Amino acid sequence: MVEFTLPKNSKITEGKAWPRTAHATNVTEFKVYRWNPDDGQNPHVDTYQVDRDDCGPMVLDALIWIKNNIDPTLTFRRSCREGVCGSCAMNIDGSNTLACTKAMDDAKAPLKIYPLPHQPVVKDLVPDLKNFYAQYGSIEPWLHTTTATPEKEWKQSREDRAKLDGMYECILCACCSTSCPSYWWNSDRYLGPAALLQANRWVQDSRDEATGERLDNLEDPFRLYRCHTIMNCSKACPKGLNPAKEIATLKKAMVDRQA
Amino acid sequence: MAELEAGATKGPQRPRPLSPHLQIYKMSLTFVMSGFHRVTGFVLYFGILLLAWWLIAAASGPNAYANFEWFMGSLIGRLMLLGYTWGLIHHSLGGIRHLIWDTSRGLEHAERELLALATIVGSISLTLVVWVIGYLAMGGPR
Repeated sequence: MVEFTLPKNSKITEGKAWPRTAHATNVTEFKVYRWNPDDGQNPHVDTYQVDRDDCGPMVLDALIWIKNNIDPTLTFRRSCREGVCGSCAMNIDGSNTLACTKAMDDAKAPLKIYPLPHQPVVKDLVPDLKNFYAQYGSIEPWLHTTTATPEKEWKQSREDRAKLDGMYECILCACCSTSCPSYWWNSDRYLGPAALLQANRWVQDSRDEATGERLDNLEDPFRLYRCHTIMNCSKACPKGLNPAKEIATLKKAMVDRQA
Repeated sequence: MAELEAGATKGPQRPRPLSPHLQIYKMSLTFVMSGFHRVTGFVLYFGILLLAWWLIAAASGPNAYANFEWFMGSLIGRLMLLGYTWGLIHHSLGGIRHLIWDTSRGLEHAERELLALATIVGSISLTLVVWVIGYLAMGGPR
């Protein structure tokens, strides 16, 4: 449902301004969203001064630096620190991206850091992505076949394999889906760009034998057609993929199969 | 997973807050153009009322038509007509943009931005053109 304002328990209040550490001269200011499930308070934004002479260049470096040097309670997900795992997806400087591949100098200071938009918050920068993963599950992201399984592998020509380029690289970080206003208002019924890109990845796979059923499953005013080409998804994707285009391809496949 | 669930049983959990969305997300041209497409679509409903009034007034006789003419000649009337002209043109251009995108063309980054920009620049300039032609046909502003 469209609701422009935040619910009462989600309104953001002013937080703590942490002093700069001793000997820090070259600092970048960070404004970070905080919410603690145990202290009974509303979310707030804390301010930190990151010592750039003691810290790597990326936003994730800064968050880890804050956690190590100022405030060990700061909570966020991270793992690979090289844009492969998708754990550190968050809203940085107004856009969704990965903290590990976003350079601090490529964003406007003070750097505003929020969790991925319009998601339930578990703690600080950690959103609850249960619904997002369930939607991915709903497109059944595995090979569906009816013919007998070949003795070795399912073969695919180089040309057919190339059709999956731009889709197989998706790391399911949720930057695209949570950047989409249509997804904000209708995530209960609209699958969102990430799940739809993944759906198209299987629709386009030459080895898959359930293309018709896959399209049937998407033929719904909400699941697929809530995409209104706002294009935030393609703008946000930290892997440079184009979910909006994959959604358009799906819509086109719907029409083509009726011809 | 077992530990997680055990940890969660220590007390009733507070409802989770919703992370901010519109409040913090950076506006983009395609985002704003999508919004304008909706707004202009809404404006067209009212424009149709104006159009209906015009036709009904014309069919009802000289008095009714004079009322219509007086209202549309007033500043408010002209502003409404200007808004309707822009809404109609903007929504039509937006429709063409969507037709192009529906063929899954024009979806690369630079193309998307160009099409969005073309919609707003095109709708404003075409509106001006229509109004200049309209005033010229009337023999200048009255």
